Amino acid sequence: MGMTVTEKILAAHCGRKAVEPGEFIMAGVDLAMGNDITAPISIEEFGKLGVPVWDRERIALIPDHYQPAKDIRSANLLKQMRDFARKHKIKHWYEVGDAGVEHTLLPQKGMVIPGDLVIGADSHTCTYGGLGAFSTGVGSTDLAAVWATGEIWLKVPESMKFVYTGKPAPWVSAKDIILEVIGRIGVEGALYMAMEHTGEAVKHISVEGRLTVCNMAIEAGAKSGIFEADSVAQAYSRARSGREQSVHRSDPDAKYAKTVEVDTAKMEPVVACHPLPSNTKKVGELAGMRVDQVFIGSCTNGRIEDLRIAAYIMKGKHVHPDCRTVVIPATPEVFRQAMKEGLIDVFMDAGCSVQSSNCGPCLGGHMGVLADGEKCVSTSNRNFTGRMGSPKSEAYLASPSVAAATAVKGTVAHPREVAGEPPEVK
Amino acid sequence: MAFEGRIHKFGDNINTDLIIPARYLITTDPAELAAHCMEDEDPDFPKKVKKGDIIVGGNNFGCGSSREHAPIAIKAAGVSVVIAGSFARIFLRNSINIGLPIMESPEAVGALKAGDSVKVDLEKGTVETTGGKKFSARPFPPFMLEIIKAGGLMNYVRMKKGVK
Repeated sequence: MGMTVTEKILAAHCGRKAVEPGEFIMAGVDLAMGNDITAPISIEEFGKLGVPVWDRERIALIPDHYQPAKDIRSANLLKQMRDFARKHKIKHWYEVGDAGVEHTLLPQKGMVIPGDLVIGADSHTCTYGGLGAFSTGVGSTDLAAVWATGEIWLKVPESMKFVYTGKPAPWVSAKDIILEVIGRIGVEGALYMAMEHTGEAVKHISVEGRLTVCNMAIEAGAKSGIFEADSVAQAYSRARSGREQSVHRSDPDAKYAKTVEVDTAKMEPVVACHPLPSNTKKVGELAGMRVDQVFIGSCTNGRIEDLRIAAYIMKGKHVHPDCRTVVIPATPEVFRQAMKEGLIDVFMDAGCSVQSSNCGPCLGGHMGVLADGEKCVSTSNRNFTGRMGSPKSEAYLASPSVAAATAVKGTVAHPREVAGEPPEVK
Repeated sequence: MAFEGRIHKFGDNINTDLIIPARYLITTDPAELAAHCMEDEDPDFPKKVKKGDIIVGGNNFGCGSSREHAPIAIKAAGVSVVIAGSFARIFLRNSINIGLPIMESPEAVGALKAGDSVKVDLEKGTVETTGGKKFSARPFPPFMLEIIKAGGLMNYVRMKKGVK
């Protein structure tokens, strides 16, 4: 029987020719990642074992949620992580200044390449499927066990196939595509499954866009998301890592639990309304809704392409006086590139607060926490009650272009209203 | 492993931001996390919950973040077992790994009300009301039962690695 790309990667990591959905396997891990929120618990659990780490070169420790330390207690968590990294000589430890949002940093630094199996103690670890890797989020204790053994038990997921047809309509981005999908299938529509993204529209979705699509697999309850690594994805990783890539493709007779087709040519930009990522509306349906804050950044949309399109819309304009705007380039590399291209000037001229690379207000901890009754349009991935601050605040998820247009107008806006037609894509 | 307790009932998609908001993730102390457990869904929950109580949730319980602080907060609040229609996968793994008993039983979830008292048998996979109604839960695969019996993942790894 044919296998999916996900099944092939899992088989390759447990020394088997074939695996089937529903089977439990013990899989070898290429990289195990933790952050400043999740790693401290892993460190405590790992300490109880009294064994050395399995491979100091295949552990990544990325402070990003609350770095630079926002208060004494987060400083202590960061210290715990730093001390552990030094003690065990962890190769991929990134200090404040070199660190950034983990799921943007790992692909950029070539720590993840096509065919890898990556485990991370962060639910958005599913992002790396954008490069043709299998990656999934786990908790801290699971991570601690991987640090000790280099292995993890996994249930081989069923795959759900998404076929994207057409050329995405003007202003329809990768973010809109994944929000549309979640709106259709619901927040548990792909529970425990691997979401496999295919179809002729994929060639119009950049590697960065594919990372955005896979980033939100967890928002549909999925275990992972994946695009097959085409020549573009392979080139992206080759420029960043000399490691040999394993490129897998789904067989024509591979089995899928379900197939969903999306005609991207007929789509419009989408906004996911408070309090669920599946609560989607076309942007026009929210026209006129006042917004107190816009956030452009996060592991979903804090990459250079996201900042380019946001700056394209804001150039020569100022954000609405009643809509403060926070822009956070996800990593120092993104930040530097944005500076070179003059994007930071555009944002600062527009009155945006530009912050150093971290998760920012996405999870309501710092750098733009919402007050009672406030509404925020955010390029991040979650809009649960209280996610971005007060339990009486509301978050709305959107693409960088919708977020930028909204910042300028002060009410939810279609990018066309502010910037006309989108720039030509090369 | 058997438990008897009073039910607190919640709806579908109870996410980890509701179970323990990110503003409290500046600590890993179970007691401190328990003091804020579920507060954005029910501000009185941390005061109401008693040792041995049972949480009944709908579908996709524990969706959202990978924060292990969520099952830790529930366990430290004294909750003996969580019964749900379905669990989000990371929450499911985390609960087993830290030794918070969980059960999937859509039938039980449909029939049980807040304030009911029930008996739960984890190994048999049954939920029984004081009125004698009985519901069965989806059995755990043998793999997971081994981890549960070992008392969580770290004990299991310790056994496998021969660490005393």
